[in-house]
Amino acid sequence: MIGIVDYGMGNLFSVSKALERLGADYFLSGDKASLMDADALLLPGVGSFRDAMEKLNEEGLSEMIQEFAATGKPLLGICLGMQLLFEESEENGPAKGLALLPGRVRRFPGTKKDSAYKVPHMGWNGLEFVKESSILKNVQEDYVYFVHSYYVDAAESEVVIAKASYNEDVAAIVGRDNLYGMQFHPEKSSKLGMELLKNFLELAEERKAVQ
Amino acid sequence: MLTKRIIPCLDVKEGRVVKGIQFVQLRDAGDPVELARFYDEQGADELVFLDISASSEGRKTMVEVVKAVASELAIPFTVGGGINSLEDMKRILRAGADKVSLNTAAVMNPELINEGSNFFGAQCIVVAIDAKYDEDWGTWRVYTHGGRTPVDKRAIDWAIEAAERGAGEILLTSMDSDGEKKGYDLSLTRAISEAVSIPVIASGGAGNAAHFKDAFTEGKADAALAASIFHYKETSVEEVKQFLREEGVSVR
Repeated sequence: MIGIVDYGMGNLFSVSKALERLGADYFLSGDKASLMDADALLLPGVGSFRDAMEKLNEEGLSEMIQEFAATGKPLLGICLGMQLLFEESEENGPAKGLALLPGRVRRFPGTKKDSAYKVPHMGWNGLEFVKESSILKNVQEDYVYFVHSYYVDAAESEVVIAKASYNEDVAAIVGRDNLYGMQFHPEKSSKLGMELLKNFLELAEERKAVQ
Repeated sequence: MLTKRIIPCLDVKEGRVVKGIQFVQLRDAGDPVELARFYDEQGADELVFLDISASSEGRKTMVEVVKAVASELAIPFTVGGGINSLEDMKRILRAGADKVSLNTAAVMNPELINEGSNFFGAQCIVVAIDAKYDEDWGTWRVYTHGGRTPVDKRAIDWAIEAAERGAGEILLTSMDSDGEKKGYDLSLTRAISEAVSIPVIASGGAGNAAHFKDAFTEGKADAALAASIFHYKETSVEEVKQFLREEGVSVR
């Protein structure tokens, strides 16, 4: 059973439906005990980093997620949910994150060599795989759908599995051990997005089989 | 590299697509889900559903349409039309839409942009602007109520204000070009795109694949929307993208 962390940030409908299409059993919950029992956790999120952390902290979910990560069961953060896995964000901040992965979240400067570019980074951008990972099993580089104004600098983080280029080097898929993050929206990223989610579900199945 | 987006727009009335594709062998050419799937398969990057229902019953039906589309499709979509309050936004976004588009309601009550953006994040809020060149003003003027009512706002100023209030994107329709099929209004599109730091979707006037290229290069648009040219098979999303690729415009 996949637990989707429901802490009032963002639309959980699309990601739930994507799991349904993949035939996965899931539940939505904000309850620590039930989420701890899940075979894998999905941490979605849109909105501001600071608001999200405040909510997670208030509900005691920050500690739960950190505890869950330590069990070795797979955990996937999507969009803001990925950023929350890192140490700190400059969004309305600095604000402290879950610090499960090393790195900082910063805002796209909006200018490069004196020429301005659009923020948010919104639309379909190509992924470039930079590191082998089981999350990339049997998938090819393709386009995925991004919407974000803050990013994790791929140049500064050793946990980057795939990156995208938007004036800066954007960490697109990150991971270490049982922890994964996707800056784009796999549930909105057509074929590749669904394949990546499927790989995550398989990791959850494998882990369950071992236990 | 970020690609330029091609966005088909579907008009939905009482839960049914009007002006739908009459040429394809669809079981039901009025079924929003079936048409959405068709455009997804053609390579559409995003979809816009415009609810043109006149009744509140029709509006309720739209929520069901949104749920059905979100259940089936793994590409983003926007819903516009009849969204007048934070409650309306909640209904549509919670049913699975990725973005809502605000037009007349935002002009009447600009604070609505702030409310929506604060609650859902800027990425969910599209501000749709209908603009027409005003000879006396020497610039483009904002119209509301489906282009019937002129407003005392310059389109450029309104776009800047919308962005400052937290819009994540501008959907810009040129009333001068709309329906003419002679190409997007490039000077309007460029003026707005250069005035704001958020993405701009060009709309109104697409008649062939070259018009899309012009919107992206000369017009500096980030995305281009079209309706009838796709619905009546004058070209397809695939053909437009193939042309853009050959012309060196980056597309998915």
